[in-house]
Amino acid sequence: MKMIKNSIGRLVPEEVPGLGKLAPYAGPFSRVINSDYQAPRMAAPMKAVPPTRSKVVEDIKTAIKNSGLENGMTISFHHHLRNGDAVLPLVMSALDEMGFKDLTIAPSSLTDAHNCVADYVRKGVISRIFTSGVRGEVGKMISAGELEIPAVIRSHGGRARSIEEGSAAIDVAFLGAPACDPLGNMTGAMGKSACGSLGYAQVDAAYARHVVAVTDNLVDYPLMPKISIPQYLVNQVVVIDSLGDPKKIASGAARITRNPVDLKVAENAYKLVVASELLAPGCSFQVGAGGASLAVAKYVREYMKEKGIKGSFGLGGITGYMVQMLEDGLFEALFDVQSFDADVQHSLLDNPRHMEIDQSWYANPINRGCQVHNLDVVILAALDMDVDFNVNVMTGNNGILRGASGGHSDTAAGAKLSIVVAPAFRGGVPSIKEQVQTVVTPGETVDAIVTERGICINPNRKDLLELAAAAKLPVKDIHDLKAEVEKLTGTPEPVEFDTDRVVALVEYRDGTIIDSVYKVK
Amino acid sequence: MAKLTRSMIYIPGNSPSMIQNCPAFGADSVLLDLEDAVALAEKDAARDLVCNFLSFMDFGDMMVTVRINAADTPYFETDLTAVVPCKPHAIRIPKCQSAEDVLRADRIMTEAEKANGIPEGTVKIHAMIETARGIEQAFQVATASPRVTALTLGGQDLTADLGVQKTKEGDELFYGRTRVITAAKAAGIGAFDTVWADVNDNEGLLEETKRMVGLGFTGKAAIHPGQVETIHKGFAPDEKEVAKARRIVAAAEEAEREGKGVVAVDGRMVDAPVVKRAHHLIELAKSCGMEGA
Repeated sequence: MKMIKNSIGRLVPEEVPGLGKLAPYAGPFSRVINSDYQAPRMAAPMKAVPPTRSKVVEDIKTAIKNSGLENGMTISFHHHLRNGDAVLPLVMSALDEMGFKDLTIAPSSLTDAHNCVADYVRKGVISRIFTSGVRGEVGKMISAGELEIPAVIRSHGGRARSIEEGSAAIDVAFLGAPACDPLGNMTGAMGKSACGSLGYAQVDAAYARHVVAVTDNLVDYPLMPKISIPQYLVNQVVVIDSLGDPKKIASGAARITRNPVDLKVAENAYKLVVASELLAPGCSFQVGAGGASLAVAKYVREYMKEKGIKGSFGLGGITGYMVQMLEDGLFEALFDVQSFDADVQHSLLDNPRHMEIDQSWYANPINRGCQVHNLDVVILAALDMDVDFNVNVMTGNNGILRGASGGHSDTAAGAKLSIVVAPAFRGGVPSIKEQVQTVVTPGETVDAIVTERGICINPNRKDLLELAAAAKLPVKDIHDLKAEVEKLTGTPEPVEFDTDRVVALVEYRDGTIIDSVYKVK
Repeated sequence: MAKLTRSMIYIPGNSPSMIQNCPAFGADSVLLDLEDAVALAEKDAARDLVCNFLSFMDFGDMMVTVRINAADTPYFETDLTAVVPCKPHAIRIPKCQSAEDVLRADRIMTEAEKANGIPEGTVKIHAMIETARGIEQAFQVATASPRVTALTLGGQDLTADLGVQKTKEGDELFYGRTRVITAAKAAGIGAFDTVWADVNDNEGLLEETKRMVGLGFTGKAAIHPGQVETIHKGFAPDEKEVAKARRIVAAAEEAEREGKGVVAVDGRMVDAPVVKRAHHLIELAKSCGMEGA
């Protein structure tokens, strides 16, 4: 494979057998601002389903037979059922029994519930993987080089773009539907396996050639009061006993951490947000699902209440905490592409200001204006970072794939103020490295890295540096902070990779390749 | 003004993760504990760990103290001879009931300093008063040695010694507290108050801290990082009080310039002790980082 250096100095392939020609990363907005870049929109062919009062078929295997799926085609799933998902394993098991081979799977992400994918790769059922996240056995399998064609890691915005432009042309989408009527109107906001927003699934439904709704809750026609994916996008409906473990689908309300180090990190990040002067009427922000990232919301909420500030919108990745802020009147609206906990469902159903948005609306950079491009502040977590402010959320300290790109690079690029929060070290391993193993979010889109031991501001943000200094914040040069931590932890040895073997590609949101992941030696 | 000692975070001496994280909690000082927080089976390991951390870790601006085991345990001497060469700012001696309790430690510390080429008197003593006898002997303890730079109150042990319950209102500790404060002030040293055990009740902690500051304590114990900010809030002088103090100081300076003997502020006469207190309040406000102080 011929490798070339992209604009941040990472080696990426020019062309990969099984994936085609690739373009190297050339800056966060190289295809967005001052660019002629455009791509054709690859919609599914128009084909009628004869009038019927029910699209319900007997079982998964019948649905697969009817779908016209053949070896070598592409199937997709959404991961809104998170660690409780039983749909992907069920469908894959049926496909395996029916003798399918060489399929491409393009789920919105892979979770702890999807370890079976590793075995299906080994059996030859799956030969290509497009995903945002890789965990557990699948991550180990890919890092060990067992997948011939490199996996493609896409951000949420990037996945939407790839589906719309046809580089991930979905033949059959199997969409878990917590509530569904016989003609395929479906939503995630109701039912025993409710999961909230179906934002990722909405793009699949709009573009896949054939859509199968899989439900454990068939309701009378018409599904009311909410339809997230309408009937005219759905071909078949299959009813099964259970979409998965409800406890793992919608976890209990995300709680604010009590870990003193995380709270200190959050406090420092909050102080930086205040100093930035962006917490003004009409502000918008996004935080993560837990840890220090979510804890920042607590401080911001108190500040907004105290100063009587009304924001314009909250975005995410929505937790019950953000819902409370909407109900407090601190936002005009919540834009929800994925609901993280059980507390969110009632709001999605009952509150018109709680908007369900699809993946493209959320973060596709090649459309007429995605939501992340209007964000003021985003607080992001990270596995590790480097002195150039690049962030890795994909590969662990042992070099093995174990994370998810998610909305990280999308929000970092779009937000006016992108803050990455992390403890200075975890389990004796420093969080700030000389060079991260895998770049998912380029340093040029990260404005600050905040730890409990200090705030590091990107030198390309002199304005922010001035504001932080004026507010007497604990600002440190990132090299000094790194040295301070290494005095305690030592300097970790880099992991040894087999650089002749690329096992995964990290695709930036605009379709260019930002980094390569290699086989672990 | 002397280094701030508003908050002192207690860290178990056998917990490496807590010791390495303690500089991040924002406390003015830290107590690395070899005594009550450490089980008997771990006493030697904790001592080794604390000495190691003292020798290489940067504690930032915090004042570092180590609480050793009491003189009636087999660890007292070993703790002193191991820890003193590591040069913490001070060693906290439990159960001081007389001048001799202080001097016993002082002698061992002098030997240890000599043996390690450290100027005599470098490592200070914070003497814990936690018995009825200790309360009565507070001034003797405070003045026993030039090393003694603070008295600290052990509320749990004291109430046990008095045979009473420790309550949130704290009436039972009133005499003990004010005696320790008075003795400390008379000796020109600091006075630190005891722990607030309910880590979930920060409102109660704030109220108690404010009262203790009002009585004259110069520091308070924090047993959880979440208590540090509350304690600092409790020490921060009221903004209105600070503004008034500024007016008093300004008036005093003007009176001096004009050769007037009497200072008047807001129509009332203000005499020397009030002006002195106003100066002190402004210093405190400045060191608490209050704006415009």
